[in-house]
Amino acid sequence: MVQKELVLSIKDLHAGFGSAEIVKGISMDIHRQDLVALIGPSGCGKSTFLRCLNRLHEETEGAWVRGKAELFQQDLYERGADPVEIRSKIGMVFQKPNPFPSMSIYDNVAAGLTIRGIKKRSYVADVVEYCLKQAALWEEVKDKLKAPGTSLSGGQQQRLCIARTLAINPPVILMDEPTSALDPISTAKIEELITELRKQVTIIIVTHNMQQAARISDKTAFFLLGELIEYGATSEVFTTPREKKTESYITGRFG
Amino acid sequence: MKRREVRWSDLLFFNSLRALALLIILVFISIFVFLYISSAETFNTIGWKFFILQDWSTNGGRFGALAFIYGTVLSSLIAILLATPVSVGSALFLTEIGPRVLRRPVQMLIELLAAIPSVVYGLWAIFVLAPFVKDHIQPVLRGMTPGLELFQGPPFGLGLFTSGLVLAIMITPTITAICVEVFRSIPLIYREGAKALGATTWETIRLAVLGPGLAGIFSAVILGLGRAMGETMAVTMVIGNRADISASLFSPAATMSSVIANEYGEASAGLHLSSLSAIGLTLLLVSMVVNGFARVVIWRVTRGAR
Ligand SMILES: Nc1ncnc2c1ncn2[C@@H]1O[C@H](COP(=O)(O)OP(=O)(O)O)[C@@H](O)[C@H]1O
Ligand SMILES: [Mg+2]
Repeated sequence: MVQKELVLSIKDLHAGFGSAEIVKGISMDIHRQDLVALIGPSGCGKSTFLRCLNRLHEETEGAWVRGKAELFQQDLYERGADPVEIRSKIGMVFQKPNPFPSMSIYDNVAAGLTIRGIKKRSYVADVVEYCLKQAALWEEVKDKLKAPGTSLSGGQQQRLCIARTLAINPPVILMDEPTSALDPISTAKIEELITELRKQVTIIIVTHNMQQAARISDKTAFFLLGELIEYGATSEVFTTPREKKTESYITGRFG
Repeated sequence: MKRREVRWSDLLFFNSLRALALLIILVFISIFVFLYISSAETFNTIGWKFFILQDWSTNGGRFGALAFIYGTVLSSLIAILLATPVSVGSALFLTEIGPRVLRRPVQMLIELLAAIPSVVYGLWAIFVLAPFVKDHIQPVLRGMTPGLELFQGPPFGLGLFTSGLVLAIMITPTITAICVEVFRSIPLIYREGAKALGATTWETIRLAVLGPGLAGIFSAVILGLGRAMGETMAVTMVIGNRADISASLFSPAATMSSVIANEYGEASAGLHLSSLSAIGLTLLLVSMVVNGFARVVIWRVTRGAR
C-alpha cells in the first residue's frame, strides 16, 4: 500500500491551563484524506488537543502549549509562526453552530474571503454557491441568501458553518462534536456531508458518539485523562482493541 | 394559617408595586399638565411660530425657541460625534484588546469619571477647557479650514464647541460602560468562529463584536444623547448664554436647558415666564421623540440580527 502524504505530525504535545496539564504528551501522525475520530470520556482533553492544532487554545486566559505540531513539516509552534495564517489553513467547526448573528447567509460564507481582501463580486458569488453546494445547503437557501444566518435551523446553521469554513479552502478541518447539539436527522445529514468532504479534505472530528466514530471515520484515537491510549484503524480499534482501557471504554464500562 | 400570611405579604408587595407604578405615571402626567398650563399664554399669543422664531428679547417682549433648539441639538450632536468613537474604542480596549492587567484599573477610572457632579465639570471647563479651546483648538481648526464659517469668529473659548466637548467628556463614561456590558454579553463562540477563519484581532472585532453588538452600541449612544440634551449645569457655565444662531461653533449660544436655568429665577410673570415653560415643554417633547426614534431603530436592528 502506498503511504499517503503526511499532513499533520504531532510530537509530544503538552497543553493546559495554569498549573493544570490537560494534554499530556500526545504524538500522532495524520495523513492526507484521513478521517480521524477522537473519542474518550468528557473532560479528557479532546477539545483542548484539537484547539492546539489551530492555535485557538492559546486564546484562553492562562493557556499554555509545549511540544510540536507540524503541518506539512512546518511546526505550528515554531518561533514567528503566525496564528492567523495557520488558522486559514486549518478550519474549525464548533460544537454549537456559530454563524455571525449580524450577517446574512451569503455574507457568512463570504466572511473568510472578505477578511482576506477578496472582494471581486462574481468570484465571491461563485465561491459562496460552490461551498453551499458542497455543504449540501444550496437547495435550501438559494432563494434567501440575504436572510440572516441565524434564521436557519440548528442543522442548517451547522452546515452553513461548514460552508463558511470550506470557503477558505483549508487542507485540514477540525470538528469539535459538530453534531452533539443537533437532532438525529440533522446529524445524519452532517455525517453524510462529512463522508463526502473527506475525499478532498483531511478531517479530525471529536465525537462523544461511538457509533458515529465507527460509522464515518477510518482512524480512531482514544483519549483518556489527557493521554493517547490507542490510535489505529477504526475497524481494529472497535473490534480488536490492543489496550484494555480502550476495550472497557468501548464496551461502556466507563465514560 | 401559614398560607394566609404568605398571601398577605404577596398582596402587600403586589399592591405597593402597583401604587409605585401609578405614582410614576401621576408624576409624569403632572409634569406635562404643569408645563402645558404654564405655557398656555405663549402658545395663545405667539402660536406654533414660537418654534421657528429666533428672537429672544426679554425687554422687547419677543420670544422664540429656535435658537435654543438649535443650541441643544448642535451641542448634543457635537458631544455624540466626539464621545461615540472614544467610548466604543475604550470599551473594545476594556473587553477585547487591552492587556488584562490594565482592564480593571481603566474601568475603575471610567466609573470615577461618571461620579463627578456636573457643576464640577462646569468649573473645570471654565478654568481649563475653555482657555484650552480658545488657545489651542480653535486656532488650529481655523488654520486648517480657511474660509469655513464653522470655525471662524473671535476666540472666546465659550460657546457651542466647548459645551459639546464638556458634554462629550460627561457622557463618555456612560456610553463606555454600556458598550462594555454589551460586548461582554456577546457569546465567545462568535469570536472563536472568526478567529478560526483566520481573522486578525481587528477583523474578529468587526465580525464578532461590532456586528452583533450594533444594536447595543446604538442604544448606548441614544442614552448618551438623552443625557447630553438634558444636561444643564455644565453647559450653562460654558456656552456663553446668548440666544443666537451663528454659523460658527465657537461663538456663544444657549440651549433649552441653559436658558431655563439662567432666566427662570428672574422671570416675572407673563409672557417671559410662560415662554420658558414652553421651552421646557419643547425639551420634554424633543427628548421623547429622540427616545422613541431610538427604540424603533434598535428594534429594527435587533430584528435583523436575530
Ligand atoms: N479555561 C479553562 N481553565 C481551566 N481548565 C479548563 C478550561 N477549559 C477546560 N478546562 C479543563 O480542561 C479539561 C479538558 O477539557 P476538554 O479539552 O474540553 O475535554 P473534552 O473535550 O475531552 O471533554 C477539563 O477538565 C476542563 O475542566
Ligand atoms: Mg469537548
